[in-house]
Amino acid sequence: MIPSAFDYARPSTVQEAVRILSEAGEDAKVLAGGQSLIPVLRLRLAAPSLLVDLGGIAELRGVSESGDELVIGAMTRHADILRDPLVARYAPLLAQATATVADRQVRHLGTIGGSLSHADPAGDLPSVSLALDAVMTIAGPAGERSVPASEFFVDYLTTAMQPGEVLVAVRVPKREGWGTHYEKFNRVAQAWALVGVAAAVRRENGSIAEARVALTNMGTTPLRATAVEQALAGALASADAIASAAASAAEGTSPSSDVSASAEYRTHLAKVLTRRAVAAAGGIDAA
Amino acid sequence: MTVTDERPAAEVGAARRRKEDARLITGRTMWTENVALPGMLHLAILRSPMAHARLVRVDTAPALREPGVVAAFSGRDLPAMGLPCAWPVTEDMVHPDHPALAVDEVRHVGEPVAVVVARDRASAVDALAAVDVEYEPLPVVTDMEQALADGAPLVHRDKGTNKSYTWVFDSAAAGTGGSTEEAFANAPVVLRRRYVQQRLIPSFMEPRSVVADPTGDQYTVWSATQIPHILRFLLSVVTGTPEHKVRVVAPDVGGGFGGKLQVTPEEVIAFAVAQKLGKPVKYTETRSDSLLSAHHGRDQIQDIELAADRDGKVLGLRVKLLANMGAYLGLVTPGVPLLGAFMYNAIYKFPAYRFECTGVFTNTTITDAYRGAGRPEATYAIERIMDELAAELGLDPVEVRRRNWIGHDEFPFTTVAGLTYDSGNYEAATEKALSLFGYDALREEQKRRRESRDRVQLGIGVSTYTEMCGLAPSRVLGSLRYGAGGWETASVRMLPTGKVEVVTGTSPHGQSHETAWSQIVADQLGVAFEDVEVLHGDTRTSHKGLDTYGSRSLAVGGIALVNACQKVIEKAKPVAAHLLECDVNDLEFRGGAFRVRGTPTEEPGKTLADCALAVFAAHDLPDGVEPSLDADATFDPENFSFPHGTHLCAVEVDTETGRVSIRSYVAVDDVGRVVNPLIVEGQVHGGVVQGIAQALFEEAVYDADGNLLTGTFVDYTLPSAADLPDVVSDRTETPAPGHPLGTKGVGEAGTIASTPAVVNAVVDALRPYGVNDIRMPCTPERVWRALQGGAS
Repeated sequence: MIPSAFDYARPSTVQEAVRILSEAGEDAKVLAGGQSLIPVLRLRLAAPSLLVDLGGIAELRGVSESGDELVIGAMTRHADILRDPLVARYAPLLAQATATVADRQVRHLGTIGGSLSHADPAGDLPSVSLALDAVMTIAGPAGERSVPASEFFVDYLTTAMQPGEVLVAVRVPKREGWGTHYEKFNRVAQAWALVGVAAAVRRENGSIAEARVALTNMGTTPLRATAVEQALAGALASADAIASAAASAAEGTSPSSDVSASAEYRTHLAKVLTRRAVAAAGGIDAA
Repeated sequence: MTVTDERPAAEVGAARRRKEDARLITGRTMWTENVALPGMLHLAILRSPMAHARLVRVDTAPALREPGVVAAFSGRDLPAMGLPCAWPVTEDMVHPDHPALAVDEVRHVGEPVAVVVARDRASAVDALAAVDVEYEPLPVVTDMEQALADGAPLVHRDKGTNKSYTWVFDSAAAGTGGSTEEAFANAPVVLRRRYVQQRLIPSFMEPRSVVADPTGDQYTVWSATQIPHILRFLLSVVTGTPEHKVRVVAPDVGGGFGGKLQVTPEEVIAFAVAQKLGKPVKYTETRSDSLLSAHHGRDQIQDIELAADRDGKVLGLRVKLLANMGAYLGLVTPGVPLLGAFMYNAIYKFPAYRFECTGVFTNTTITDAYRGAGRPEATYAIERIMDELAAELGLDPVEVRRRNWIGHDEFPFTTVAGLTYDSGNYEAATEKALSLFGYDALREEQKRRRESRDRVQLGIGVSTYTEMCGLAPSRVLGSLRYGAGGWETASVRMLPTGKVEVVTGTSPHGQSHETAWSQIVADQLGVAFEDVEVLHGDTRTSHKGLDTYGSRSLAVGGIALVNACQKVIEKAKPVAAHLLECDVNDLEFRGGAFRVRGTPTEEPGKTLADCALAVFAAHDLPDGVEPSLDADATFDPENFSFPHGTHLCAVEVDTETGRVSIRSYVAVDDVGRVVNPLIVEGQVHGGVVQGIAQALFEEAVYDADGNLLTGTFVDYTLPSAADLPDVVSDRTETPAPGHPLGTKGVGEAGTIASTPAVVNAVVDALRPYGVNDIRMPCTPERVWRALQGGAS
């Protein structure tokens, strides 16, 4: 298919990108890896007048350390994340989830920033960013600001970013001593998750000291399974305790019914997958 | 010792790498989309967003004001050109007009409403938005049973019914068996099941594409089609253009699976626009267009009843089908279920059979042939209900089959459906499959898991199939009211340097004919594999043929090829005799050379190349000998061919999530003699995978308003390699008798066999939970629901 005609800009600095976007107003779209936007354009579900391609901004690509945080440039490709030693050491959950994103071709073009900015609740990385307490660094006409993942995802395909703003980096707290797991359930390997669960668990003396659980595709945004987290905090690190906590995984969620799955089935999956994800993260045999 | 004698004989059966691969894999070849002609214009087609509506107004004038636009047409602006249906299965079949471009009414989403012609493709697509169409919505029906109910909305209001036809086969009436009424009346066991063949979309890799070029009064049409010869004939008929003024070229074609066995609206529209404007035009569909409007497959509701005795001997079978035609009748739409009608009895012998099929119109995209066409549906239903019979009687599913199948010593065997199966050895294929699969050990493991109430249950599925392929004896097709014959043609041209050009009337689109035909010719003529060039797909070089579908190319076209080679040898004989200064009757042809009978093979003799050069020079030929070795042959088979096999599948079912994972898959196929085992294995793998996809993954879904909900590959779930098992594939070899090659056809076997094997395995895993069916595709949710005791 052929997209509608559009103008194209390829700035070489973030500043320049912000300036172009501010001038263009709401009719401009940011092009990152293009793995969601290009299909949308080709199907003519969107017809922006201007595409601002961030691919020429070298500073947006790469992973570095800054104190207690990893700083991941927004234009870092999924394939880069999978190979990155810092991610492997401090945020293996991100690497594990990224490995499940679509297929090899998509992973070599798609970017972490694009995936988070697109804010598709069926995407894998939004829930992972929630579970990891990531913080988004956003550049705009007024300079940079930070937004925690918990406030970043506002609605279906909608983030806290304003027109003229660009996501420049994702800051992920280094987590050592945590076990993590991403449990994704999809029809085929390349497909979106029907439901996914990102879990991070810190154990202390046979108990679960702390757990963070986030759900993919259980509502219009990625969601924290707060009830599960509360039930797990201080619980015995046992299969029974996890199963009992996971039973409330769907609390406060509003999954959709579509041609791939019903809301009822997604609700069921959320519980099963939460149990499996938490058990795997905590290194507990869930049977 | 010389090896020249041995080498050629080794070609058939050798695992030759494909001649086609280098150009296909590198993409350095001609696809229709690559055709670029001077002054060529581009078409974009506006498709109906409504499933059923009256066209109040189609105003293309605003589109003409868009940049780059040359012309725009609605259905009223082009000559009336109805798309053909070549298979009126009954005398009174309701056969509605099927305009290439809608005129007064649209009857499915995706139906072409207007065409815009522009200097480049982007301009044509942009200008579609300017076409002004007013639709007056009409009531929609997408469900077959609703369509047949009183007062249902009519797809074709002038026809007064949504029923296209009812076609019946009854063994008592046909004299091929007894009465099912009697068989069922006294049967100790009667099983009734309803199976649903979901609608599938043949997802060929290359989207359809067509270029039409008028030059003088000649029209050349390039098309990504399986059927260049049939297309030429029918374009001539549909457009009223004399046949000798139409040339059709199918260049390299990227897959079809039956999906390109069609005369499409787009081909006819392109032809008409080219004719009207006098300029070459091109149309290439997008994947979205393809999923929406290229013909779909399957979509049948099967009510099947089986009567048996307490020992598991089948006494009779009754099948009542509803087949969704879609909104119109495509090229062979009504005939697809009939190809299954003769296959419900499968490999079994029983005395009474009745089949009844009703074709139903709905406001959906047309259905038509899809890999196996009718036979996968039939095989699915019988193989599923044979498992039900085993479960009912507490027998092993393999044992139930054993008690009913035709013994290897009973061939040729005339079935209750009236076909004569020429050969087969079901015992041998099954034994081999069971042993490769480790059947007994898996049954043991299944027992253990059942006893321990393992969260992951193991299921084992068997499918013993046969199919009729090698379409087809022309007389049989005639008796089924099909509009064409089933013969096939080959020509062999001996070039003066001893190289060989072969022209085939079949039309490969992934089947490796260039490789396989070269192997056959190398053996027949004693020339090198590399010295054979196989030409196809262009009606100017291949003037005659019936193209490729129904696993016919080798089974029918291969014999034509052998016959043509034999004629070449016959024609070369007097030339060779002359060169060797001997009598024709003293000659023998062996290992590629003529020698006086009894001469040791060390003697070089005269090869076909020698003879080809001699007739080229023609300086010194005997009186009356034609200076040419070229020959062609047309072959009409007397019977179908009947490959068969046993497929076994082990699945693991996660009873918490309903996910089905295939653990192992064994396919033992008997496709007769094998020309190239690599090609056969490729066909089996591809076929098995497509069948697995029906069992577990794919389904085209319409909502009640007739919108296709699975219009992209995000929702139409095609599996990839990551989702599929390793297939263990092996063979038994029962050559087709009375056939110079002994081959049987393999293009559809995997698809036919695998779907029931997989679903039988899923149901087998869940039987302890009281489940005896899961609707296809067996999605995790459907399996989970079945486990909850709900409807699947």
